[in-house]
Amino acid sequence: MAKVTLKNLSHSYLNNPQKDSDFVITDVNIDWKDGGAYALLGPSGCGKTTLLNIISGLLVPTKGQILFDDKDVTNLSPVQRDIAQIFQFPVIYDTMSVYDNLAFPLRNRGLSENEIDAKVKEIGEMLELTPTLRNRASGLTADGKQKISLGRGLVRSDVNVIMFDEPLTVIDPHLKWVLRSKLKELHQKIKRTMIYVTHDQTEALTFADQVVVMHEGQIVQTGTPIELFEKPKHTFVGHFIGSPGMNVLPCKIVNGEITLSGQRVPSNSSIKKTNFKKTQVGIRPEFINFSKEGIPVKVSKVSNTGRHKIVDAVSEAGKIKILSNAQDEIPNGSAFITFNQKYTYAYGDDWIIE
Amino acid sequence: MSLELKNIEKKVGLETFIYPTNLKLEKNTINVLLGSTLAGKTTLMQIMAGLDKPTAGEIWFNDQNVTGVKVQKRNVSMVYQQFINYPNYTVYENIASPLKITGVDANEIKERVGKVAELLKLSPMLDKKPNELSGGQQQRTALARALIKDSDLILLDEPLANLDFKLREELREELPKLFENRECIVVYATTEPSDALMIGGNTATILEGKIIQYGKTLDVYNNPENLTSAEVFSDPPMNIAKVNKSGDSCSLSEANTTWKTNKKIKDGNYTIGIRPHNVTVEKTSKNSLEIKGKVMISELSGSESLIHFKYGQANWVSLSSGSHKINIGEEMKLYMNVDECLFFDQNNRLVSNG
Repeated sequence: MAKVTLKNLSHSYLNNPQKDSDFVITDVNIDWKDGGAYALLGPSGCGKTTLLNIISGLLVPTKGQILFDDKDVTNLSPVQRDIAQIFQFPVIYDTMSVYDNLAFPLRNRGLSENEIDAKVKEIGEMLELTPTLRNRASGLTADGKQKISLGRGLVRSDVNVIMFDEPLTVIDPHLKWVLRSKLKELHQKIKRTMIYVTHDQTEALTFADQVVVMHEGQIVQTGTPIELFEKPKHTFVGHFIGSPGMNVLPCKIVNGEITLSGQRVPSNSSIKKTNFKKTQVGIRPEFINFSKEGIPVKVSKVSNTGRHKIVDAVSEAGKIKILSNAQDEIPNGSAFITFNQKYTYAYGDDWIIE
Repeated sequence: MSLELKNIEKKVGLETFIYPTNLKLEKNTINVLLGSTLAGKTTLMQIMAGLDKPTAGEIWFNDQNVTGVKVQKRNVSMVYQQFINYPNYTVYENIASPLKITGVDANEIKERVGKVAELLKLSPMLDKKPNELSGGQQQRTALARALIKDSDLILLDEPLANLDFKLREELREELPKLFENRECIVVYATTEPSDALMIGGNTATILEGKIIQYGKTLDVYNNPENLTSAEVFSDPPMNIAKVNKSGDSCSLSEANTTWKTNKKIKDGNYTIGIRPHNVTVEKTSKNSLEIKGKVMISELSGSESLIHFKYGQANWVSLSSGSHKINIGEEMKLYMNVDECLFFDQNNRLVSNG
């Protein structure tokens, strides 16, 4: 178990990087505490896999350092780093029994059979694999196999960090719930540092205490699920987290206040600086209400998703999405909306103005 | 235009993949096949396309028996979960390929590719090769190829499954629009209930080779004919309990809970199903009933909280808006909106909803 520190990390796949655009990761700084549950969240191509490979030691970064418990491991091989990694697809030995699969990492490290037996049974119990321990792994379903992969990652108590690379991709939605809560429960039981890499906001937010959001090789925000939802520091976080994402509309700043199509919009931003190339207002669909007056819109579409109604509306400043309860009456055609001030923020060049 | 499966059955060896199935799809409809992996969605689509022959039964297209007519002789397009494009063709050539084969003249091809590329936001990358594109753009290219010929039947087999969450959300919203002005029948297979709700149209719930229910998507969601259909169409999983109704009183035997009801159903034993968003941390309706649960795990997704808890002997899930941090092992109060309970009889058929 260890705390993980990434210091001024930058990486380029070119031998001789010159300009900023040659780098896939730029100036990443992270402090992950010992025993925490963390997620690295971002779309394909944001650099999260590169970062994961740097942590596991498959890649040496162009610049910067990786520390485990303040010890520099930047140039250590994956084996020397003592980490466990679980991949998208189950990696198991089909010809071995479930038991032997779980025991494999321990036998490799020369533990006594007594110790191994205790560990395997403990982890088997946690993952509800006890009845199948003696079965051959080849006969299991995809989620059964992935459980073994998880088990093999979790069985060693001497690892510095356990990393999960989109581990639930091959699992059916009905079972994702089960495995996700299982993982969370396991983390609370064994308290190891865990890093979960995914493009799926739901997986990241439900698993982690702290989520790192990446966009184009940079960290745009680190925070708890609530912070990321209620106060996105960057328009990308607003868009990427939440379903549908945050509305981001072009606006003017007049006398320190947001002005949207000529109307003053009260916000939670205190705006002092105004020399931005572009200014925008961000408001989540959850925090917009229909009212008697306010910003004029035309309702163009209402989709009933069973639990919610997602309303598409058009305003002078652009398209707006509004989330209402399934039983709410939605006005037809022309209507007015207001934003909940507490969750309305101004953004200057895509960064929040606080 | 219509596609009709008449008593279709598919066996491979001794195993039945599809039990005798009847289904009629009308023109200008989007039809979602909703079910878990191995439910039979792909087999059904391959039979519809003529890629696979049924063991028994007939397929009729526009009042013509097309059973056994090969896919080449039928006007069908198919898009798969894996992005399938010609790697050495440009995006333009990929999209144009179905028209080239049928000998459409070059000017018309140019016009049609232009139109379809515009619709799928591929215009700026027509000269690129597929491997220079993101996953979403690659799948858009495959979709464009399926759309460019005026197919009577367009089959989409989990087309968004390999895409990032955000892209999936975006394309899912665009998809129904793509087919708005087309004379065709669209079939869309997915494992995700939320896909079906967002796409709308009609939905067939499928389990283990059987179509459980087919109808308008929201109808199937709100009025599942039986417990199985309700379970297939619920994510997170539906909460289930046994109740006894006697006069105007309903009681849950396992958890020692009773409430008043004015349901006009016979006295006796029933199974109830209640969706997670109708079991909440705060009271949402005057008919919310207080229940007690033991928390197994709680998850936050930013805007919502999920609580997995033991209700009597059963595992239940609660989904509330807002963020509620709850400790594992805690005994807590929750509110179940009894107005939203679905009642199923001893044969698991729906007898009352809401």
